[in-house]
Amino acid sequence: MKYLILIQSNERSLAVWETLSDEQRMEFGRGHLQLTEEMTKAGVCVASEGLADPSLARWVSVRDGRTVASDGPFAEVKEHLAGFYLIDVEDSDEAISWAAKVPDAAFTQVEVRPVLDMSGWEF
Amino acid sequence: MRRFGDFDTCEDAVQEALLAAAQQWPVEGVPANPRGWLITVASRRRIELLRNETARRRREEAIRYEPEHAPASAVDDSLTLLLLCAHPALSTGSQVALTLRAVGGLSTAEIARGLLVPEATVGQRISRAKQKIRDSGATFSLPPPGEREARLTAVRQVLYLIFNEGYTASSGARLHRTELSAEAIRLTRLLRAQLPDDGEVAGLLALMLLTDARRPARTLPDGSLVPLAEQDRSRWDAAAIAEGVALITATLASAPIGPYQLQAAIAAVHDEAARPGDTDWPQILELYGMLHALAPGPMVQLNRIVALAEVHGPVLALARLDVAEDDPALRGHHRLAAVRAHLLEKCGDLTAAHAAYLEAARLTLSAPEQRYLLARAAALGSADDHRSS
Repeated sequence: MKYLILIQSNERSLAVWETLSDEQRMEFGRGHLQLTEEMTKAGVCVASEGLADPSLARWVSVRDGRTVASDGPFAEVKEHLAGFYLIDVEDSDEAISWAAKVPDAAFTQVEVRPVLDMSGWEF
Repeated sequence: MRRFGDFDTCEDAVQEALLAAAQQWPVEGVPANPRGWLITVASRRRIELLRNETARRRREEAIRYEPEHAPASAVDDSLTLLLLCAHPALSTGSQVALTLRAVGGLSTAEIARGLLVPEATVGQRISRAKQKIRDSGATFSLPPPGEREARLTAVRQVLYLIFNEGYTASSGARLHRTELSAEAIRLTRLLRAQLPDDGEVAGLLALMLLTDARRPARTLPDGSLVPLAEQDRSRWDAAAIAEGVALITATLASAPIGPYQLQAAIAAVHDEAARPGDTDWPQILELYGMLHALAPGPMVQLNRIVALAEVHGPVLALARLDVAEDDPALRGHHRLAAVRAHLLEKCGDLTAAHAAYLEAARLTLSAPEQRYLLARAAALGSADDHRSS
């Protein structure tokens, strides 16, 4: 079963970030690298990335066959996706135990969402 | 391979022997007993590999590894390997990957494509699994008699999981995943050849054959699911059905009954009906009753209720469903909502059925299922509008 662990950046997480010392921030970054390595070694990591600042985002739409890319309404966005871990594990309990190791979980919270798969049942 | 404790080198040796076999057979013809021949080659290769390794070591160490010249036992070796891959120290995901690699001989890349995870992830999973087996102190030998049955149960489960990984795939990497089902059937045949008297191994093989036979009718070219009642039965694989039916018939007559045999029997009853209306539902209901007694579980319970609806009508089945909902394993389960929707539809309560289909679609983790459930809801929605207008 695949699960996506989503790390959101929002006012609350930014407020926490402000209170951290440089050393704590370094530790935080190392924590993410270590977790990725630990997931990889355990054979559960499918992909994990941190996302660049949302001010670099482009919003894409296609109308009448024409692709239009524009700067998004990022100024109003209070919450954005900051990073994710896509893992392949036995069940939701195992996904939760990995999510608990995400450094952000100790300060704010992370979201664990099951991924839709391509299986089906006999009916 | 049993002669050597080193799992890694054994596996490599088998791979090399397979390669050697593939190169030699077209020239020399297939040996009379290819499997035993393969083991012989594998152990010969193993000695060659060891000699390379021990060139750096003391010479007498190599002599210690020299095998006795007893005839190689093909039978025991692949059984031992299957049992080792289902080691209880491993997670089921690791058991699956290791079985495909070590017994199936699939490459890491092939396994990764089949399981839809990166190759590096599969590689890690396999090397970790091997490490865990080493750490547990297990050697390449049959588990003690007291543990053998439990381990064999795990092997059957692993093979069925591999089968389902391939069978339930309905789009995307479908081709690659279909190979997993074929591989599961091949490995189960191998296991059956070694344990011909094991009724549950035979039952598992029959179940796979009878289920796989429906594959051509099970999905549309766009990947969407076709429910059993709506499948074009002329597209079912008649040869696979005949083999599965013969196997389960013979097995049920001779072996102690088990859950795989019962599931195979249920699949056989479905497959023998030329039209959905011909389905022998009373027999299916009976079989689910036995399965429920032998191996109760939430899915068995739900399928039994579906069969009950066919025999005694949807009203009684809905009442049973209300009781089943008390089971914590079923509360909030999408299958329960889907069965409820199906039964409500049969009752003619289209508004409630519509809501239940939508609930099931919200709760499912399967994309094709979600598509199917939403389509059912949409169809009912329009029927409902039509009725009320």
